[in-house]
Amino acid sequence: MSDHTQPAMLIVMIEDEPQIRRFIRASLESEGFQIVESETGKRGLIEVGTRRPDLIILDLGLPDIDGIEVIRDVRGWSRVPILILSARDTEIDKVTALDAGADDYLTKPFGVPELLARVRALLRRAARPHAEDAPLIRFGEVEVDLVRRLVTRRGEEVHLTVIEYRLLALLIANAGRVLTHRTLLRDVWGPNQVENTHYLRVYMSYLRRKLEENPNVPKYITTESGVGYRLVVT
Amino acid sequence: MTLDAPSGEALLVCVGPGPDRERVVRRAARRAAQTGAPWHAIVIETPAMFALPDATRDRIREILELARRLGAQTATLSGDDAVAVAIAYAREHQLGILLVGRDRYRRLPWQHGFAEKLARLAPDLELLQLARDGEEVAVHPFSRMQIASGGSGWRRYPLTILIVVCVTLLSAPLHARLDLANIVMLFLLAVVFVAVKFGRAPAVLAAFLSVAAFDFFFVPPRFTFQVHDAQYLVTFGVMLIVALVVGQLTAGLRFQATTALRRERRMHALYEMSRDLGRALSVKQIVEIGRHFIQQTCNASATICVPDSQGGLTLADGSCSLPGVDLGAAQSIFDHGQPAGTDRIAGVLYLPLKAPSRACGVLALRADGADWGLSREQLPLLDTSATLIALALERLHYEHLARDSQMRMESERLRNSLLSAISHDLRTPLTVIAGLADAMSLANPPLSESQIGMAHAIRDEVAHTITMVNNLLDMARMQMGNMVPRREWQTLEEIIGLAMAHCGVLLEQHRVSIDLPEDLPLLEVDTGLMERVFSNLLENAAKHTPPGTRITVTAWREEGWIAIVIADDGPGIPAGMEQRLFEKFTRGRHESTIAGFGLGLAIVRAIVEVHGGTVRAENRAEGGACFRLLLPAGTPPLFPEEPESDSRHSEGG
Repeated sequence: MSDHTQPAMLIVMIEDEPQIRRFIRASLESEGFQIVESETGKRGLIEVGTRRPDLIILDLGLPDIDGIEVIRDVRGWSRVPILILSARDTEIDKVTALDAGADDYLTKPFGVPELLARVRALLRRAARPHAEDAPLIRFGEVEVDLVRRLVTRRGEEVHLTVIEYRLLALLIANAGRVLTHRTLLRDVWGPNQVENTHYLRVYMSYLRRKLEENPNVPKYITTESGVGYRLVVT
Repeated sequence: MTLDAPSGEALLVCVGPGPDRERVVRRAARRAAQTGAPWHAIVIETPAMFALPDATRDRIREILELARRLGAQTATLSGDDAVAVAIAYAREHQLGILLVGRDRYRRLPWQHGFAEKLARLAPDLELLQLARDGEEVAVHPFSRMQIASGGSGWRRYPLTILIVVCVTLLSAPLHARLDLANIVMLFLLAVVFVAVKFGRAPAVLAAFLSVAAFDFFFVPPRFTFQVHDAQYLVTFGVMLIVALVVGQLTAGLRFQATTALRRERRMHALYEMSRDLGRALSVKQIVEIGRHFIQQTCNASATICVPDSQGGLTLADGSCSLPGVDLGAAQSIFDHGQPAGTDRIAGVLYLPLKAPSRACGVLALRADGADWGLSREQLPLLDTSATLIALALERLHYEHLARDSQMRMESERLRNSLLSAISHDLRTPLTVIAGLADAMSLANPPLSESQIGMAHAIRDEVAHTITMVNNLLDMARMQMGNMVPRREWQTLEEIIGLAMAHCGVLLEQHRVSIDLPEDLPLLEVDTGLMERVFSNLLENAAKHTPPGTRITVTAWREEGWIAIVIADDGPGIPAGMEQRLFEKFTRGRHESTIAGFGLGLAIVRAIVEVHGGTVRAENRAEGGACFRLLLPAGTPPLFPEEPESDSRHSEGG
């Protein structure tokens, strides 16, 4: 990322704990990012509006306004990637934040390597905005040709049902992002089925059996406990 | 509550047209405040009262309102005889002292003041008279008009005869001066008077006697029953008919007035009961109020049976048993909800207490006297009172439930906010420490190898601490008892996958093999909690077995259960520890250097049990430990099967 020919990537960090800001700043700066800190949501929104960052790191528990409000506000005019920091035990908050338009989340306590990996993945995704531009997707031994709707594994064709394929296509279109249960159910089964999470569980297990090397320890189609699923593309 | 109060100091004030009524009320309030005893203020609406000017009656109402504000229990009663009503009220409410104003000066020797009459008729009640001062109110002339209160029994007949004799004697000297027609009028007046005073039968007697006396003493030839002039026969006939009709009408009116008065008293008693029931705070009070009411209106003793938690009837708190009351009979009426009607079982009448949503108990009554017939008016009254008692019991029941659930919610809310505060305050610094240690190892210029090693050690220790804090907080949550799993239908595969991802690095040096049948049914579990179960079990296996150990996870369906087994071929569990492992703060090997409080397996057991399952640890015959879980299989929801079609052909390119 810290390519010398390009200006450094700018990240706005909205977080009220000074010590957490401190280590995040230290870690990201050592990786060549430029950081702007903000203690409150309102201040953060001003920073985002004036500086046009490449990424926002947002703590959900802010002293002045709800983090969800910040997401909605930003999403009103920008597609800039948003990474959420949230406390444990608040799956609902995470889901709400993701449904409001956040791209990914980290649960406290988190490690710096995890943080860096997420930041890089989000920036990479933002740099390649349209999945449709790359009609051939590869992960592991699997290759998906979106134009011909052809899925192969180790060169052999894999037969997917209509729903399995729709699910996979949706995951691919959002590769690297967490898709909430609600989003997946709505887009694949329709808005009346958003409560039937067991459909999703069963179809995910079908997909994993067909595409993963070890479906019990999935590497590509990962589960985000209580939140949703993510397709990990390296 | 008048019911529980000592009657000795309880006060009654009658607010009347007298001039010192306000002083009386204020005095009573003062006295009640000194003694702490309850006090009542009543207005008795006598016919005389209606004759008072409106302003005076408004004033009386205001005084009553004042009394209510000063803490009196107030009532408006009606009756002919204010003194009798006041005495009855005092006895009924067990009020020992009557506070009255000073009587007005007598105008005539037979006019007795209110206080004087009270003293005469109720020698058992204490009477306090206030010192007089100030104004005198002019009493409207009609205030003397009274509807007579009427005697009863045989004495009415001689009195009737006496009246007729008196009229005859009075009329005798007037015979020469008055027309006979006017003398007839005097007799008719006597009949009306008798009807008003003594009722129907004496009126009939008076009618006949009057006609006879008139004939005998006044119609010529006098002092015989013979009549010379035939036209007097018409006079007799008309006189008799008029006397009878007027007598009947008057007596009927009197009867109706008495009935209305009785009904009014019952209604008032009912009203008082419902007001008291509305204020009752315990079953005991409700029982007492109901008993008092029935005693007063039906002259019967009552007891109330309420169901216990198993639905069996027991005597309600505060009600004592009555002879002849059979709990079995009450139970059958309670169970079937049948109104027992007027049928009595061994002299006891049972009435079910039915509230809109449920049966609240049974009311049992027994007459105090030997002979007891319920009148047509008493039965509906009993029904109404049973309904009122049932409603009061039900209100109490729901109030109790609401209070309980509110308290539970409140304490749960408090616990949750306390736990999240602790969890936040512990985790934030731990996150910072781990983060700073990470940041140090990435610092520019880079640290030396050993410094980076130290930074990593700090981070790893913090990670351990975080796990332990999480375990402690989870245990605390479970200990508080209200851990309600958020169940959803889930594949075991996914739960194990999550646990494996969670244990990641820990299991790197172990060989884990997971073998789950593809057709294993869905489980109805809380994903987050179950993930903890398997992470803890896998972590446990990883921590307590040497690197290279094989860990296997298998599952299968058993009659109504899903069995899941996590086995290893490590050193196994120390003998005798198999069950104790699941206790809190227990560790397999005491000298162990492995970090942890020994909470992991206790959490496993708590979560499995809250899902209705069991967990068991044992050593395998071929060596190594084995944890065996049984979870209820339940009935997974139907799943719309997708037609087996290939995405490429059905939706086209």
